[in-house]
Amino acid sequence: MKKFINDTVLVEEQMILGMVKAYPRHLKKLDCGNVVVRAEKKEGKVALISGGGSGHEPAHGGFVGTGMLDAAVAGPVFTSPTPDQIYEGIKAVATDAGVLMIVKNYTGDVMNFEMAAEMAEMEGITVKHVVTNDDVAVKDSLYTIGRRGVAGTVFVHKIAGAMAETGADLDKVQATAQKVIDNVRTMGAAIEPCTVPAAGKPGFTLSDDEMEIGIGIHGEPGTHREPVKKADEIVDMLLSQILEDIDYSGSEVAVMINGAGGTPLMELYIINNRVSDVLAEKGIRIHKTFVGEYMTSIEMQGFSISLLRLDDEMKQLLDAAADTPAWN
Amino acid sequence: MADSKKVLKIIQAISLKMEEQKDYLTELDQPIGDSDHGINLGRGFAAVNEKLSGLEGKDIGTILKTVGMTLVSTVGGASGPLYGSAFMKAGQAMAGKEDADITDFLTIIKTAIEAVELRGKAVVEEATMLDAMVPSYQAMEQAVKEGKAAEEVLNAGVKAAWSGAEHTKDLIATKGRASYVGERGLGHQDPGATSYSFMLEEISKVTG
Repeated sequence: MKKFINDTVLVEEQMILGMVKAYPRHLKKLDCGNVVVRAEKKEGKVALISGGGSGHEPAHGGFVGTGMLDAAVAGPVFTSPTPDQIYEGIKAVATDAGVLMIVKNYTGDVMNFEMAAEMAEMEGITVKHVVTNDDVAVKDSLYTIGRRGVAGTVFVHKIAGAMAETGADLDKVQATAQKVIDNVRTMGAAIEPCTVPAAGKPGFTLSDDEMEIGIGIHGEPGTHREPVKKADEIVDMLLSQILEDIDYSGSEVAVMINGAGGTPLMELYIINNRVSDVLAEKGIRIHKTFVGEYMTSIEMQGFSISLLRLDDEMKQLLDAAADTPAWN
Repeated sequence: MADSKKVLKIIQAISLKMEEQKDYLTELDQPIGDSDHGINLGRGFAAVNEKLSGLEGKDIGTILKTVGMTLVSTVGGASGPLYGSAFMKAGQAMAGKEDADITDFLTIIKTAIEAVELRGKAVVEEATMLDAMVPSYQAMEQAVKEGKAAEEVLNAGVKAAWSGAEHTKDLIATKGRASYVGERGLGHQDPGATSYSFMLEEISKVTG
């Protein structure tokens, strides 16, 4: 394992410290742990808190700031933060308007955030939550814990964050977040794995000519493996699954081409070139496209495509000003 | 079966075992999960181990509750809340007790199972730690009914736990991250069922 780190046990803390030092105008770190909050607490609005394992940078700390999150809690790499840490985050940003937790649908994340909410409620803080589950690669049935929350979660941060900034109440902010969840779908693929620093070796292996379709943001297996194809063919495969899942015809969408950490912009633009053409062919109008790294998987070579079906309200909130390290 | 001093010895033995099996548990997690089960439990039980000296002279309930709270705040992932809730609830059931006999031990395990079921919204046959916990509890309950000695009861429990862990190879996971791999999880032993079996084995070794 070759990485620019000092000590595997210091990875998360030194990453957060470096991030806060880079953006002192936006962020500060709580003394109690790897919890990042807005440099200036915003009173009188619903506070948004998200988080999850580390290794997804700029998520989630990079989305803390005006118009998006109020706090982000970072667990160890690819591991949910613990309830006491999440609780500290909630306490630091809670206002009388309440707190909305944006949780990605993983067993651990959901349990830890739920335990934190139970702790906060005992202290008289009103906490509600939404669970994001945009990954169409996972079957959503009675027989699984449901789809995973992946890059589409960033749209939830943005749009619910903009709604909270207007001074809307907790129910309204929660409903807005849920509306985004209901309308966003994502699917990804990878050609090279990533290595969790503490594990020291890749979480999975792919042979030279192989790719994993439907991969999760922790390098979890997806739907299947097959030989690597041309970028356009991979895009077609992922897009067809997304487009089958909800009816995008005639609608206006926001597109996110998210890099998994080890895929250059050059390739992401090649991917977007095809995405854009296919959507045009299908008469799906693109309101805005985001190409870059929003929710990574350390150094994985991979990408995901997210499509958010917009209505006027979501469009307006997506376009509203935001000022955070990774979205402005 | 065990006084509070022995309970501390058990916890210490479990902590050392988790450290020893860290890589193995992580390897089991690689094909079906996110390769961190051993790392997370290793970190959590290292923190538990550090707290043990401060727990000398405390009752069994306090010891178990402290272990649970420490796990909740250090393990993360799903195993933190699950093992954490299991130990915390078991601690509540043993509040104020200085000694636990085999019947108390069964109460501890039963309470732990209920805590895991509630927090994880899971039942047996979903390829989780419950597939080791529940059959081993049933085997121990049966052995107690048959009037067997504590040592034999635990032996029966350990045996059933390991065969339960082995049985997870034949199950398609429907809870936890392993549920995402569906049928590809077949043939893989559940890391949670495995870590639980190791724990029960240590309890058996220390008390036996």
